[in-house]
Amino acid sequence: MSDAFLELQQVTVRLPISGELRTVLHDVSFRIAPGEAVGLVGESGSGKSMTARAVARLLPPGAESSGTVLFAGNDVAALKGAALRAFRAEVAVVFQDPRAHINPVRTIGDFMTEALRTNHDVSRADAAAKAVSLLAEVGIADGQRRLEQHPHELSGGLLQRVMIATALLTEPKLLLADEPTTALDVTTQSDVMAILDELRRERGMSMLFITHDLELAGAVCDRTAVMYAGQLVEERTSSALHDDPLHPYTAGLVGARPRIDGDVVRLSAIPGRPRSAFEAPAGCAFNDRCVHVVDDCVASRPALEPLDGGSVRCHRAVELRGRLQEGAAHG
Amino acid sequence: MSAIELDPTVVGPVPATRRWRGVPGLRGTGVAGHLSALVLAIAGVVAVFGQWLAPHDPDLTNLSYAFVGPIEGHPLGFDSQGRDLLSRILAGARSSLLGPTAVVTLAMIVGTFLAVATAWKGGRFDRWVSAGLDVLFAFPAIVLAIIVSVIVEPSLMSATIALSIAYTPYIARVLRSAALRERARDYIAALEVQGLRAWIICVRHLGRNLLPLIVAQGAVLFGYAMVDLAAISFLGLGVRPPQADWGVMVSTGQSGVLQGYPLESLSAGVCIIAVVIAVNILGERLTERANSVTR
Amino acid sequence: MADEPLLDVVALRKEFGAHVAVDDVSFQIAEGGSLAIVGESGSGKTTIAKMITGLLAPTSGTIRACGHDRSRPAKGAAERRRRGGEVQIVFQDPYSSLDPRQSGAAAIDEVLALHRGGSADERRDRVAELGALVGLDDRQLHALPRALSGGQRQRVAIARALAAEPRLLILDESVAALDVSIQAQVLNLLADVRAETGISYLLISHDLAVVRQITDDVIVMRNGQVVERGATREVLDAPQHEYTQLLRASVPAPGWTPTRRA
Repeated sequence: MSDAFLELQQVTVRLPISGELRTVLHDVSFRIAPGEAVGLVGESGSGKSMTARAVARLLPPGAESSGTVLFAGNDVAALKGAALRAFRAEVAVVFQDPRAHINPVRTIGDFMTEALRTNHDVSRADAAAKAVSLLAEVGIADGQRRLEQHPHELSGGLLQRVMIATALLTEPKLLLADEPTTALDVTTQSDVMAILDELRRERGMSMLFITHDLELAGAVCDRTAVMYAGQLVEERTSSALHDDPLHPYTAGLVGARPRIDGDVVRLSAIPGRPRSAFEAPAGCAFNDRCVHVVDDCVASRPALEPLDGGSVRCHRAVELRGRLQEGAAHG
Repeated sequence: MSAIELDPTVVGPVPATRRWRGVPGLRGTGVAGHLSALVLAIAGVVAVFGQWLAPHDPDLTNLSYAFVGPIEGHPLGFDSQGRDLLSRILAGARSSLLGPTAVVTLAMIVGTFLAVATAWKGGRFDRWVSAGLDVLFAFPAIVLAIIVSVIVEPSLMSATIALSIAYTPYIARVLRSAALRERARDYIAALEVQGLRAWIICVRHLGRNLLPLIVAQGAVLFGYAMVDLAAISFLGLGVRPPQADWGVMVSTGQSGVLQGYPLESLSAGVCIIAVVIAVNILGERLTERANSVTR
Repeated sequence: MADEPLLDVVALRKEFGAHVAVDDVSFQIAEGGSLAIVGESGSGKTTIAKMITGLLAPTSGTIRACGHDRSRPAKGAAERRRRGGEVQIVFQDPYSSLDPRQSGAAAIDEVLALHRGGSADERRDRVAELGALVGLDDRQLHALPRALSGGQRQRVAIARALAAEPRLLILDESVAALDVSIQAQVLNLLADVRAETGISYLLISHDLAVVRQITDDVIVMRNGQVVERGATREVLDAPQHEYTQLLRASVPAPGWTPTRRA
């Protein structure tokens, strides 16, 4: 078996939108090694959440997909029955809005232990004991009392920690975290991210971390992939991606974000607005917003090519190498 | 997960070239919407001109023709009093349509006003008005009709007033919750900060955004009003026989149904059902169309 | 009163039942200045914005803007309109801050008719001017909000607020809901508008980087109280209060690692 634990091969997803099947993910390929954390960064419509859904087999009804998702060497699409349940236990998902994914009229205890009791034949008492110990690990000391409470009695940060503890109950090997801290305050975000990062390392879990925040991804992920219009446009180690972007869109993202230190300079805003895959122009999907556009970019769609230890989808990547960060740098 | 943001200028429905898109004002309501509008237009014409369109005197009795079926010149036959049924259907359209229209209009105007006012003002005003409406809500329409008919002589007018009062709390309740939702949106706050007068905000913005719901509720109520008015007339508290009215015809025709002559109840009933269905379909289609503007 | 600040908030307090949302808050903004109120959810920052705009009445304390008291609800239409011409606000959610049945041009025109009057032609020219100022073309101006992206809607909201020619614009998390690349466009726009018109900003935000980008001064709030205030650069580079330090340390940046509080 190769070193890939999760591997996506040319995954393309089309969804029924306004009565037509439209492409939302186009030719997405990447791999995650055991114990590795990979960040998936993008704006609205980039397809980052849809990628996580494709992995977890949570695509919306009516979706059509092609390509392969391999988990521990098995084709995820072919899983059935017991194998599918095992897959569900090994892949845990944490969403952005915990309140939307928890039944408000049932207790935290019911919510946390339901999967264990129904799918894994664990007794109620054992499941509760396990839930309490995991709550302690995510920094909730009075777990026994929390199990009796209802979701509305917990703050957003606390609830998200409950969601993380719940996700870990089945001892998953892969965590799909879809903007898990976006709805939280910054100090709570720091707290929750630290917990997530620590538990992941302790358990040797792999993680696919989806976010719009390049810096946040860089802080907790070994590698970061940037998505634009349903495609992967660049994928490198997190530090290289930020300091020396190879794709003009990555550079644009870095330059668009105001800085917390140093002199205030005018932001190098990317013109136009983010596109979904089906709205993207022919040729390079970024060509209508790119300042480095040439005829080639309109004529043909670039492939994701290896470069400098990562990969990038840009005709001019080699030529522009090292020059993009000037545009991105602040003062 | 982040939603896929569509660029409507790119995604929007592709207009079919050179395809007939419907009557202006009804565009986007589909075939059913157009058919419904046609039914209502015919009903409207009959309501206004029915008296003159009637081939015979709708009130002329001739007991020798009682319960005679369709014959030449009388395509629907005669009722128990030997009156020409087609003429009674045509002449009865006016009160049958006027009553529900008046009920819906009155209840809508008062109900919408109360809904918007309570949602806007809130506080004690809201509590008192809502409590008052709840009390009124407890009275069945028929009971109200009896009370009103004690005060004024039973007639289409008294029945209309009674039903309007009975329907108002219902409308006010449904619209108030919608108005509260709309009231909480930032664009209303932005207009307040601009210094626009409250009533202008309520009419020009809040009310306009409630309009699809008002139309939908009105369409549903129209059907109820038609049936309830018929029931009130049946009790002798609304339209009084011998005046022709579809609701009255359904009830007075019942004796004929038992004797094997169902045409009076049937023909009037079909007219009521046709109008109620048409109003509901058109109301629904217009609401859908109005909502598609904002979604 | 030549030296009177544009906005003067003194000992502002707001109670909701037993809960004190804003507790003895005072600050000023000079003509042309730009101040940020920073805090997390529940800090009271949005409640302050609502009191300054008149959407909420303070429990106690005074608010003066442009030389007029606005601590109490406006008496009459004329005063309400005058206040509207002094202080305007742009909200966070571009999807709820525009009337879904009104185009940007119509919304701006409505405000112009209220505050400036003038003929339909004059107003049309002014709508086009404001559209150009915020970077909206004619087609976008005349489209319903449904046909606009989040960033374009926020431009409409900014143009509508500016139509009243206020001297103070409150930005209540106005760029928080926007994509990074769009957020940069709007931040640049806000900087340009201030340079061009001399308008003052009161930015309500939880995002320290955004605060640094467009404000000169900052106050940091926690649980309804001011815990630190000063020039934005100084406060962010050398925070004194431990809460400000925590906030500052929580911002992801190159080389940052998340830390556990508990």
